[in-house]
Amino acid sequence: MKDWITRLLPFLKRWLGGLPLGSWLIGALVAGLLEHVFGATLSYALWLHSLPAIFGLSVILSEPTLIPSVVLYLLIMYFIPMYIVARLSAPFVRRVEQHFSPRVYIIVHLILLYLVLQVWGTVDEYRLLVLRLLGVGIMLTTSLNLVNGWMGEFSVAVAGFMSVGAYVSSVLMVWGFVNDDVFGPAVLPPSLAPFAFPFVLIIGGLAAAITALAVAIPSFRTRGDYLAIITLAYVFIVKSAVENIDYIGGPRGFMNQPPVASFPVVFVWTVLALWTIYNYVSSTYGKATSAVRDNESAAEAMTVDTRRVKVIAFLTHAFWSGVAGGLYAHVIGYINPSSFGLVKSAEVLGMLYLGGLSSVTGSVFGTVLFQLLAEILRPLKLAKWLVIPVILILVMVYRPRGLLGFREVQFPFLTAKKKEVEHAPAGN
Amino acid sequence: MGFLGQLLDPQQWFNALQWGSFYALIALGYSMVYSILMLFNFAHGDVFMVGAYIGFFVATGFLVLASAGIIPASGWLIFVLTLVLTMLLTSFVGMAVERVAYRPLRNAPRASAAITGLMVGIFLETGNLALLGASRRTFPSLIETKTFQIGSVYVTNIKILTIVLSLALMLALHLFVQKTKTGMAMRAMSYDYAAVPLMGVPMDRVIVLTFALGSALAGAAGVLFSMSYPVLEPYMGLLIGWKAFVAAILGGRGSILGAVIGGFLLGFIEILVAAAFVSTMRDLIAFSIVLLILTFRPYGLFGEEYSARLRI
Repeated sequence: MKDWITRLLPFLKRWLGGLPLGSWLIGALVAGLLEHVFGATLSYALWLHSLPAIFGLSVILSEPTLIPSVVLYLLIMYFIPMYIVARLSAPFVRRVEQHFSPRVYIIVHLILLYLVLQVWGTVDEYRLLVLRLLGVGIMLTTSLNLVNGWMGEFSVAVAGFMSVGAYVSSVLMVWGFVNDDVFGPAVLPPSLAPFAFPFVLIIGGLAAAITALAVAIPSFRTRGDYLAIITLAYVFIVKSAVENIDYIGGPRGFMNQPPVASFPVVFVWTVLALWTIYNYVSSTYGKATSAVRDNESAAEAMTVDTRRVKVIAFLTHAFWSGVAGGLYAHVIGYINPSSFGLVKSAEVLGMLYLGGLSSVTGSVFGTVLFQLLAEILRPLKLAKWLVIPVILILVMVYRPRGLLGFREVQFPFLTAKKKEVEHAPAGN
Repeated sequence: MGFLGQLLDPQQWFNALQWGSFYALIALGYSMVYSILMLFNFAHGDVFMVGAYIGFFVATGFLVLASAGIIPASGWLIFVLTLVLTMLLTSFVGMAVERVAYRPLRNAPRASAAITGLMVGIFLETGNLALLGASRRTFPSLIETKTFQIGSVYVTNIKILTIVLSLALMLALHLFVQKTKTGMAMRAMSYDYAAVPLMGVPMDRVIVLTFALGSALAGAAGVLFSMSYPVLEPYMGLLIGWKAFVAAILGGRGSILGAVIGGFLLGFIEILVAAAFVSTMRDLIAFSIVLLILTFRPYGLFGEEYSARLRI
C-alpha cells in the first residue's frame, strides 16, 4: 500500500501546479494587504478577542468554541481573496513568466515570498518574532541535515556551534556598536551596525567552523557512533567554557545586542543558507558525501577522498549553525550558556527527523511543521513537551525516515521552466 | 595542596569511588544495551531519575508501614526492601521503554531509534514535572549517617555502603553474564546478532532482559544516589546520565568491564579536577581529558574495533 504522503504529493502538485506559483504569491500578498485594512474589523465581527496571530492555531486547544470563527476568518481573510486574485492574475503571470530566465524567475518569486511574509508579519510583533525564529530554525535544521542526512553520521553538536557563533558575534557587535558597561563605549558609530552585521555573522560562523575542526580531525578516522560521542563532549565543553569566562557574563548570560536582526536580514540569510546547502548537495562534493554514507570503501575505490569530504561537510554544517546562532542571539537579544545545551540540540534533531533526512525541502517542511505544532500546543504550556515527544515517536515508528526522508518535493514549474530554457538554444 | 597532593589524598579516593559507583552502575545499562542492539539507549539517564523517584515513594511507603507497626521499624530492613523493590519496579520501566521506543524500530535506521530514545527521555522528565510538580522531594534518611575515622580520613557509612553494594552488584552481573545460560545468550548476541536467533535463542526475551537488568542497576544507582544526595528533581538524570554515557564510551562500547572502569575513571577525573582546580571548571577539564583519551583510543579503553562496527 502506498503511504499517504506519496498519494498526497501528486494531488498537491496538481492543485498548486494548476495555477502558477507567482499568482498564488500575488494572491497571498493581496490577502495580506487586505488584512491590514479589514483584519481588525473582521476579527471583531467574528467575536475573536484579537487578530488570530499564527492562523489562530493556538485557539484549537485553548478555546475550541472559537474554532468556527477562526475558520471563517481564514476563509474570508486569506483563502477567498487569495484564490480569486490567483485565478485572475494567472493569465498575466503566465505571459510574463515566459520571458524570465530561471534565475530571474527564482529571484522574482523570492522577492514576492519576502513581500508576502513581511506584509503578513508587520500586522503583529509576535508574527515577526515567530518568522525570524523560523528562519533560524530552518538554517539549523538544514545545516545539520548535511551531517546527519547526506553524510550519514550522527552529530549533536549543533547547540555548541550555535553557542560559539552567538557569543562571538554578540561580543563583536556589542564591542563595536554599543555603549556597554563591560566593553566600554562603542568603537564605531552605531549607525554602521547593520552594515557590519553580515561580516560579524560570517566571523561568528568561521569561529564555529574553527572549533569544529578540533572535533573533526580526530573523529573522522573512524566510522560509526564516534562522532555522536565526540560532539556530545563538545557541547559540554563549550557550555562549560562559556560559563567560566566571566568577562562575557558567565552563567548570567550576555545581553545588549543591537537590534540588527530584522526580518529582511534573517530572510536573506536563510535563503543564502538554503541556496548554498542545496548547491552543495547537488555538487560533486555533495554526491561524494552521499557516496561515503552509502558505502565508504566503494567511495574510496572511486577515488573519493573520504576524509576530506567528511571534514568539508562537517565544517559547512558548523559554519551555518554558527551564523544561525549569531542571528538567534540578535533576534532574542539575550543569550546564556544553558540556552545552548543538549536540549537545544535535541530540539533541532527533532525538527530534522520529523522532516526527513537528506532533503532540503524536508528540513524546511519539518521546521515549519514543528513550529506550527508548537503554536497549536502553546496553550498546554508544560504538557506541550509531553505531546511533542509522543508525536515524534509515532512519526519515527510509522515513518522511520521522517516525513520527506530521502526525497525532495519537486516543483514542477521550476523543472519545467529549466527544461524549456535548456531546449531553447537547440531551437534557434 | 596541588593536583598531585589531591591525587595522593585517600579522602579524595573515597569520594571518587563513590561518584564512580554511580557512573559505573548507570554506564553498565548503556553498555549492555549497546553490546546487543548496537544503539545507545538515550533514555537511560531518565530511567535513573525515575528509579530515584520510585525509591522515594517505596521508601516513604515502607516508613509508613513501619510506623503503623506492620513491619519492624529497622532502618536496614527498610533499606534492603526499598532497594530490591525499586530495582524490580525500575526494571519494568526499562522494559516499557524498550517496548515503546526500540522494538518498533528494530529494523529502522539506528538514528531514528536514537531520536525515539531522546523523546522518551523528554517525556519522562516532563511527565514527572507535570505529575509531581516542580517542588523538589527530599529522600527520607533510612540509615543513620555515621562517620568513621580511619587515620586522617573521614568516611561515612553510606559512602562505604554505596561502594561495597555497587561492587557487589557489578560482580553479580558479571557472574550472571558469564555463568548462566541467558548470560551466554546475551554474549552470543553481542558477538553475532544475525546468527543467534537461528540457533533457537528467543531474541526478544534476551533483549527485554537486557533492558530490565540495565534499568534495575540504574534503579539501584537511583536509591544509592538519593541516600547520599537526598534532593530529587525531574532533571537530575540528565547530566549524570550523559556523563555515564560518556563513561561507558570511555571504557569501551559494549564492554561490561569497560563500563565499570570507565565509570570509576570518570569519577576520579571529576573529583580530582574539582578538588585541585575551581569546581566550575570540572566539566570543562573532565570532558577535555575524555576527548583526549578518545583521540588516542577511539574505541575506548577496553573496546575493540569489531565492537564499533556498523550493523546495517
